[in-house]
Amino acid sequence: MTKKTLDPLVGPMGVNNPITRQVLGICSALAVTVKMDTALVMSGALIFVLVGSNVMVSLLRNLIPPRARIIVMLVIIATLVIFIDQLLKAFLYDISKQLSVFVGLIITNCIVLGRAEAFALKNGVGASALDGLGNGVGYGIILVLVAFFRELFGSGTFLGIQVVPLGLYAQHGGWYMNNGLMLLAPGAFFVLGLLVWLQRTISGYTED
Amino acid sequence: MRNLRNILDGIAPHFTGEGRLQRLYPLYEMLDTMLYTPGEVTSRAPHIRDAVDMKRSMVTVILALFPALLFGAWNTGHQHDPLAGWGTNFAVGLQALLPVLFVSYLVGGFWEVLFAVIRRHEINEGFLVTGMLYALILPPAVPLWMTALGISFGVVIGKEVTGGTGYNIFNPALVARAFVFFAYPSEMSGDAVWYLPDAVSAATPLAVAASVDGASGIRLLGEAGYTLQEMFWGTVPGSFAETSVAAIALGAVLLAWTKIASWRIMAGGLLGMSVLALIGNAFASSFTNPMLALSPMHHLVMGSFAFGLVFMATDPVSAAQTDRGRWIYGFGIGALVVLIRVINPAFAEGTMLAILLGNAFSPMIDYGVLRANISRRRRGYAKQ
Repeated sequence: MTKKTLDPLVGPMGVNNPITRQVLGICSALAVTVKMDTALVMSGALIFVLVGSNVMVSLLRNLIPPRARIIVMLVIIATLVIFIDQLLKAFLYDISKQLSVFVGLIITNCIVLGRAEAFALKNGVGASALDGLGNGVGYGIILVLVAFFRELFGSGTFLGIQVVPLGLYAQHGGWYMNNGLMLLAPGAFFVLGLLVWLQRTISGYTED
Repeated sequence: MRNLRNILDGIAPHFTGEGRLQRLYPLYEMLDTMLYTPGEVTSRAPHIRDAVDMKRSMVTVILALFPALLFGAWNTGHQHDPLAGWGTNFAVGLQALLPVLFVSYLVGGFWEVLFAVIRRHEINEGFLVTGMLYALILPPAVPLWMTALGISFGVVIGKEVTGGTGYNIFNPALVARAFVFFAYPSEMSGDAVWYLPDAVSAATPLAVAASVDGASGIRLLGEAGYTLQEMFWGTVPGSFAETSVAAIALGAVLLAWTKIASWRIMAGGLLGMSVLALIGNAFASSFTNPMLALSPMHHLVMGSFAFGLVFMATDPVSAAQTDRGRWIYGFGIGALVVLIRVINPAFAEGTMLAILLGNAFSPMIDYGVLRANISRRRRGYAKQ
């Protein structure tokens, strides 16, 4: 495969990341990143929906009447979201309960509708699938990174396993305390902001 | 003095032009201008020509902080052991305060120098004030690593992220304080902050006044032994330098007299606090909230209201810039402090949150004042 065909896949994972560059999907990035496991499952769900909707919209792109395209795309997205929501309820009930409404809210995630509208309507199935995968993984990378720092500093754990030695904690005679700010939504804002800062310093990209 | 100048001039070539330490020029510049008033002065509009440069005005703020600092040091020891002599009290207090102050300056200074070197600008003297203010509003038993983490957050996120001194939206010292407050609430909650190692923790007056539903806050204070007089002089538990309104008033006079801090903001704050407290008094008998009964005088002497209003709300960068805007800004902060203290059960103290909120609104207040002035003059012009 040439570099050009891989562009839709690689771009969104790095410099053109949907969260840190386009600042889309922020709401769920704040809500589900207190723990790593919820962030991972959420990323998986979004990748599934994004690839699925991109492929279907791309397949139907010559049949969809332009005036009714939004409603057609929403029907496709909503179907996929309800499907994955039911799937999670059946097989990952605990995590699905923690994610609460946020799986359902993937329907309103700007990334999904944005990619369908901006990419899948104009491109072939293969490229659309790659674009969906790239954007989904790009979203997932940021989600997991934010969740990693929030869980590490907020709870002292990694995927639920204690990594900060218990002996360090104040209640066990040490001095350390978990950072409560990381459990609150502003904690996600700060981590996300620092990631954006880091990315823009490396890529040299500036607004306006 | 001549020798010192010679030494400075002697090492100057290393830091300028092609010198090997050229990247560290900000450090040299800081030392040089701290010791000697620089020869260059502003010569053209729009700057006002004045003998006072940034370093001198920051030093004045530090001077204004000294009464509160010295009193705070003594009071820290006094709360630890009321029966010891004043010398012992002072020594114990300094033992608690100096490490916090040192860590605040060292860690905050590190970030400051790092950004100055990377961004190739001079080190800003504002940090001298930020580092000290932050240390002075911490509870005496604060762990040093929390101090370090807080000031790092304050300097980097509160100031450098938006472009450094002069571009910060919020007061960096308060951002630092807010960070530790929300990150480690059990250490910072503002209700029982008083515990040096091996001393019992005591509830601060604010916590006492809010403690029993259905009672009068004034009666609760009386039962705990906190009199208005004591709270005015400051011999009560609280953060390092916030307790003594008398010492803070000395600083306020110096700041207002030298025009480094705006007296309009302070007056507006007092007014806003009084109005809201009086409204609360009017409703005190019909609700069970004990805080409603507190008079404006109580609100003035309790907690960090006085300290915040004099030293934090008047920060020249994050406060409102127009004279009328300063009244509105101060009034808003004073009113919010009382609102948060009285109505919001989650926070015993509201000064920090009120000032941060005031900071956020100050550009809008200025904008409104300017627009109002423009339309007023336009109307006057139309009449002619």
